[in-house]
Amino acid sequence: MSKVPVSYKRTDLQSDQEVKWCPGCGDYTILASVQSFMADMGISKEKIVFVSGIGCAARFPYYMNTYGLHTIHGRAPAVATGVTVSNPDLSVWVVSGDGDALSIGGNHLIHALRKNVNIKILMFNNQIYGLTKGQYSPTSEEGKKTKSSPFGSVELPFNPMSIALGAEASFVARSVDMDRELTAQVLQEASTHNGSAFVEIYQNCNVFNDKAFEQLTSKEGRVANRINLVHGEKVIFGAEDEFAVTIENGEAKVVKRTDIDDSKIYVHDITRENPSVAFSLSRLSHGPYGPTPMGVFRKVQRETYNDDVINQINFAKDSKGAGDVDKLIRSLGTWNVD
Amino acid sequence: MEEPTLATDKKTVESIPAITIRFAGDSGDGMQLVGTRFTDTSALFGNDLATLPSFPAEIRAPQGTIAGVSSFQVQIADFDILTPGDNPEVLVAMNPAALKAHLHDLAPNGMLILNEDAFEEKNITKAGYKLDPRESGELDGYRVFEVPMEKLTKEALKDSEIKGRAVLRSKNMIALGLISWVFNRPLEDTVNWINKKFEKLPEVADANIKTLKTGYNFGITVEAFHHTYVVDKAKLPAGEYTNINGNIGLSWGLVAAAKLSELELFYGSYPITPASDILHELSKHKNFDVITFQAEDEIAAAAATVGASFTGKLAVTGTSGPGLALKSETISLALSAELPMVIVNVQRGGPSTGLPTKPEQSDLLFALYGRHGESPLPVLASRSPSHAFYTAIEASRIALKYMTPVILLSDNYVATGSEPWLLPDYKDLPSLSNNLTTKLNSKDGFLPFHRDMTTFARPWATPGTPGLEHRIGGLEKEEGTGNVSYDSDNHQYMTDMRAWKIANIANDIEPLELNGDEKADTLVLGWGSTYGGITQAVNRLNEKGVKVASAHLTFINPFPDNLGEILSSFKTVIIPELNTGQLIKLIRERFLIDAKGINKVAGVPFTAQELADKIEEKINE
Repeated sequence: MSKVPVSYKRTDLQSDQEVKWCPGCGDYTILASVQSFMADMGISKEKIVFVSGIGCAARFPYYMNTYGLHTIHGRAPAVATGVTVSNPDLSVWVVSGDGDALSIGGNHLIHALRKNVNIKILMFNNQIYGLTKGQYSPTSEEGKKTKSSPFGSVELPFNPMSIALGAEASFVARSVDMDRELTAQVLQEASTHNGSAFVEIYQNCNVFNDKAFEQLTSKEGRVANRINLVHGEKVIFGAEDEFAVTIENGEAKVVKRTDIDDSKIYVHDITRENPSVAFSLSRLSHGPYGPTPMGVFRKVQRETYNDDVINQINFAKDSKGAGDVDKLIRSLGTWNVD
Repeated sequence: MEEPTLATDKKTVESIPAITIRFAGDSGDGMQLVGTRFTDTSALFGNDLATLPSFPAEIRAPQGTIAGVSSFQVQIADFDILTPGDNPEVLVAMNPAALKAHLHDLAPNGMLILNEDAFEEKNITKAGYKLDPRESGELDGYRVFEVPMEKLTKEALKDSEIKGRAVLRSKNMIALGLISWVFNRPLEDTVNWINKKFEKLPEVADANIKTLKTGYNFGITVEAFHHTYVVDKAKLPAGEYTNINGNIGLSWGLVAAAKLSELELFYGSYPITPASDILHELSKHKNFDVITFQAEDEIAAAAATVGASFTGKLAVTGTSGPGLALKSETISLALSAELPMVIVNVQRGGPSTGLPTKPEQSDLLFALYGRHGESPLPVLASRSPSHAFYTAIEASRIALKYMTPVILLSDNYVATGSEPWLLPDYKDLPSLSNNLTTKLNSKDGFLPFHRDMTTFARPWATPGTPGLEHRIGGLEKEEGTGNVSYDSDNHQYMTDMRAWKIANIANDIEPLELNGDEKADTLVLGWGSTYGGITQAVNRLNEKGVKVASAHLTFINPFPDNLGEILSSFKTVIIPELNTGQLIKLIRERFLIDAKGINKVAGVPFTAQELADKIEEKINE
């Protein structure tokens, strides 16, 4: 990615379109976080592309004064793959929701992550279908009563962090709409990652699923339940740092610090090649309930799809020379008729 | 045993204008390879030719059964031909099932070459024969030659390093060697080909060459084969030729189109028969800056292609019928966002999985109408392997010039059949224009839907261009600004504009041409792969004194401007199609004429004679 010393005001990143999310929607906060972050990202705005699918979150590109493509339900990672492979010099961001990314677009999500395509996927998880007015989503809790599940959902929800890690994602992180500082940190880490990045952002839908993340956003919950993952530091949390995370037999556990020696506390390492520890951290909670890890789970370098595609093309041009159509159409042997 | 050498020949050579040969065997018997080798040798010799490969959808269908039979038909001629021939005059049958499946097509007094070693009771029963067909009298009326292909192979390879059952893999070379003798084709080209193909397996190359020569020598030694035939070079227009099939022609056309438009080619696809060979071919040509993207599914293939188009590539996705269905929503997005894109559909028998390896023209209405909303787009069709090259360029030209998705139809017959192609010079191909822009088009900022008022195309500003940042998508857009708009007048205007933009392309395409007797009362109108059959049938009828003309559509949407005038100058219009009547619906609706259909969905193309007979019947009705 070519970086130029550009610096914008947040308003430079705002398009002239009126933002039309419901008043009080968590999307407003995320939009502000992204615009502020991108003002200082150091990439000129003509090189930034936002691609989205369908859903409330998917309106995001219209509000960014960058290039934008609002596409069809679930397909944004595939569209974005076409964009970034065609022009690797662009900074390509996908904005998606839990229904868009994990239900109708599940296939595209896992393959973009597996291939390590150089795109940054922001999944706003509100655990509900908002734009269609309130059906349960693949991240809604079991038993959720909605218009389409009046007797309660009978489905086990997905754990988005586990899915991303299972799909070989090289960058996996989680934030929450209200925490603009954490969101900025996570976006910073994602933007400097060469490869696909998956960022889940818990997002409150105050109309159809209000307070879904209260255990992580209320005054008490924020302190009691958020396990902040910081690279190189011991994983400790709680109002008085009274809890810690250990890894025993490959399994992450929440323990009282009084029950163990401090040397047993897991020291977070986002660069571990093996995703097992990150995966076990993702299993500490199966949703925003009780102690829940936040921050960057994993950030490892591996070959990106983009680079490999370009390398093959460059190699072909170096070894065969630039293509010549006259030679190509004669390559299977010819004969002359006089 | 020493390597066999070619014995002195004591043959008589009869010159014939054309011959149609069909090779048939188990799908593992290598019949496609034998057919292709004979074809390529004949092409290099200078014959005109056309081929029709036919194989089961299964890679290795049950051995010895009718379902597992694979065949390859080729017609070679010393004159200009358009079809792979009607009834073969030579049938090579490697086993009883191949005989049972193909004997009914063999011309009276045709030459029938049997692999006698395969006619064991077990195989005879498996093929569904109650009696050995060689003894039941059903081969009366044919010239039967029994050849011990397996014994000859084993004998030829008894000192080879190839052992056991692997030895018999070379038995197809006996058939190729023998046919090469009977039709006076030299072996050098095939020997070179074998050596190159098995460069790293010299013992396999050696085994194949030995058996090839053994088959040839069998012809020399056995007196029954001493009457041989030769088909002279065809008197084709002067120039340099190559032999191509439609998938390769189409692939090369896309590569050429990218160069001609000074864009890079992006091809997004998911493996599907019979379109996969386009993906295979294009993935070889990375030195042309071609990006091939093998997607996780058909939808992703189309979606990534839309992304590539937004980024300024010549963006193409390819598939066959079931895949076109999956791409439908994405094509509507490209149509609504007015992004250029080519969608190649190599048609096969449907519905559903249908007949994956057989030709059919049954996706025409789907190509025209298979999208939600009011969503017209240009549709054109390739009529032959070499025409596929030019239609790939034409589809790209229209997509880029008019900022629209374009569907290019091919089918299994065009895709896998081959013909000689008089090669063009790249410099004589047209350069392709596009709507790329780097300039602001208004004082108030960039207007992504501010149209060119001759083509009605919108400007194409790609990410990376400073000052032209804009957002587009599938929601209805306001004319000019491209901003989301739910305004009712605007939606009416945009819907009409999208339709008008496509209809207007009629002014920019080749007019329809007539073939045959222009003063006749009857016109045969076709599209796509029926071209060879229709044209040859009409020419035959004209020679017989039957008054009839033909015309063949490349564009089905929009129709060429002169179509109405041409139709109105004939009393009767006959429309043959490999479907149950699709173009005919369009013609009846648009021109209000009582066109008559000739329709077939039998998994095989029309033969020229079949069409000639049916056209004559319709004329006499």
